[in-house]
Amino acid sequence: MDSHFLEVRNLKKYFKRTRGNVHAVDGVNFTIDKGKTLGVVGESGCGKSTLGRCVLRLIEPTDGEVLYEGRDICKLNKRELKDLRKEMQIIFQDPFSSLNPRKTVLDLIAEPIKFNKLIPNASKADIENRVLELMETVGIAERLINTYPHELDGGRRQRIGIARALSLNPKFIVCDEPVSALDVSIQAQILNLLKKLQKELGLTYIFITHDLSVVNYFSNDIMVMYLGHVVEMAPAAELFRNPMHPYTKALLSAILLPKVNGNSERIQLRGEVTSPIDPPDECRFAKRCNYLCKACSAGTPPLLEVEPNHLVACHCIKPGMNILQEQPHLISGR
Amino acid sequence: MSNESLTKSMTGGAAETGENVLEVKNLVVHYVLKKETVEAVNDVSFTLKSGRSLGLVGETGAGKTTTALAIMNLVPNPPGVIKSGTVNVCGHEMLKLKPIELAKIRGADISMIFQDPMTSLNPVMTVGNQIAESVKLHEDCSHSQAFDRAVEMLELVGIPGARASEYPHEFSGGMQQRVVIAIALACNPRVLIADEPTTALDVTIQAQVLGMMSELKTKMNTALLMITHDLGVVAKMCDEVAVMYAGRIVEKGTLEDVFNNTMHPYTEGLFNSLPKIDNRDTELKPIPGLMADPTKLPVGCSFAPRCSYATDACRARRPEDRYVSDTHMVVCTAYEDPAFHIEGWQ
Repeated sequence: MDSHFLEVRNLKKYFKRTRGNVHAVDGVNFTIDKGKTLGVVGESGCGKSTLGRCVLRLIEPTDGEVLYEGRDICKLNKRELKDLRKEMQIIFQDPFSSLNPRKTVLDLIAEPIKFNKLIPNASKADIENRVLELMETVGIAERLINTYPHELDGGRRQRIGIARALSLNPKFIVCDEPVSALDVSIQAQILNLLKKLQKELGLTYIFITHDLSVVNYFSNDIMVMYLGHVVEMAPAAELFRNPMHPYTKALLSAILLPKVNGNSERIQLRGEVTSPIDPPDECRFAKRCNYLCKACSAGTPPLLEVEPNHLVACHCIKPGMNILQEQPHLISGR
Repeated sequence: MSNESLTKSMTGGAAETGENVLEVKNLVVHYVLKKETVEAVNDVSFTLKSGRSLGLVGETGAGKTTTALAIMNLVPNPPGVIKSGTVNVCGHEMLKLKPIELAKIRGADISMIFQDPMTSLNPVMTVGNQIAESVKLHEDCSHSQAFDRAVEMLELVGIPGARASEYPHEFSGGMQQRVVIAIALACNPRVLIADEPTTALDVTIQAQVLGMMSELKTKMNTALLMITHDLGVVAKMCDEVAVMYAGRIVEKGTLEDVFNNTMHPYTEGLFNSLPKIDNRDTELKPIPGLMADPTKLPVGCSFAPRCSYATDACRARRPEDRYVSDTHMVVCTAYEDPAFHIEGWQ
């Protein structure tokens, strides 16, 4: 019997376009244990947001299974899904467009409570009390209860988004770039809040971001995506200590450290992200890879456990064998 | 003309390193609205020498972009009013010139790269023509000469010249930003203002664009004013740093001064808010509270309400510019006490 809190098996999402199918998420597998955080990193267009939405079935996956506490949510009917949704919530990236501008803070936070009839026979005062409680949890001053979103700054709006997600007592939250629209000093406030809530309420997170230093701070495990595929997955400390996939290496080296002379070496990638429309059956990173060799066109590389808990999808890296290290001539590339 | 000869011809007209190409003195810019006045920039002064780069750092609403617009004399009026101060670009008093004179300087002596490449390009004009437009405005040449120059500029920023006849939507975000950079550099300006040039880009593309910018800067000896909120970008690109808070420069110095010998509590707070990549267990120490409201700035130090070191003296009067070394300036009343020091972030 598997005891994982969430297990995703071979998840696929293709979007139909006139020119072909966009392979947004293409055969992703992972598991998360209760109370842990999985960080998903990648550049724009790699399918990380689509993945987050598919896991909650906010968009219908093309294929695959999402087992939430052992139940496949892709097979649930509408009513069962509605019940389950209370436990799974999402925090959106943009605090400016994800809130209805014509509702007050009270209405915004009360909406999910009313919709899901969370408090039986609730009076107005009951709901208001619950809203105030939530506002306190996420750190919004009580006096702001009747303000509209446009009167608030980005940090406070994001706190409303978090309060809305928390209002249903969820167990699992997908955080889709929750801090990327915020200033650094506010970003740190929100990250600390999310961490505190996880500790207190035992929440499980999928944390989607493009910011590697944030994901390192926040996650237990990190999954690196490139064009719909997982290219590397490992515990956070391990991934930063020993990145193996050429794309992960380039990503990590592109981080700009706020230090004098802290940014000497950098791996330059060639070109730009290629089109995800009906990609050929080869390593999707091959066109930008500095280590390109003949093996790269031999089908999609499988995600293999190269070292304990460290999974890599690269034709040149197999358990006990890392051609990239053994054959330094490959490193110079073409 | 090949890339090298092009660059050569461009550096021919460039200024000697060390000459002041941009001087901003006591700049004050307010946005006067019906009910209130937004004090966006309050007494900002700095100079920039040719071939050097200055990073202007701060959060949303610190007045970074308004400062840049004031340098170009592009502050929207109304509601923007440049209350006082002078801006000198290569000997031209930007704030005293007529629009027709300004048009000659903008793009030729000083140009600006805006944050969002998608909105700063004209969607119904080929990128080649957009670059050529800027060349034709400033140089006496035919369209075909200008277009040839546009093709060379594209190649200089790493885009195949054959793509000059394509439209902006056919390019990716990183390439669009390169086109914007090509337009800005087409007339070999002596000062380049880059307003968050890579914020809209992915990390690996950001690395490419920044690398290209510093290469071009060295080749052409351009002075660079880099506006950003990202201390990592500053560490990579800049020789000097000025940290802005609520319309004032609160700390200024060389990169080493500000990063290794941080003095202002706000700068310290910025560093403490960043997750450390090499030590994931360090707790983030965010700056409490919110950015000061620029319509109701406090009497004393604007940062005092959020500052853990603040004393009554801080709240009572406006701090003065204090030079702690030839290059390092900090605006903080607490340093009147010689024993005062911040906790340090490292």
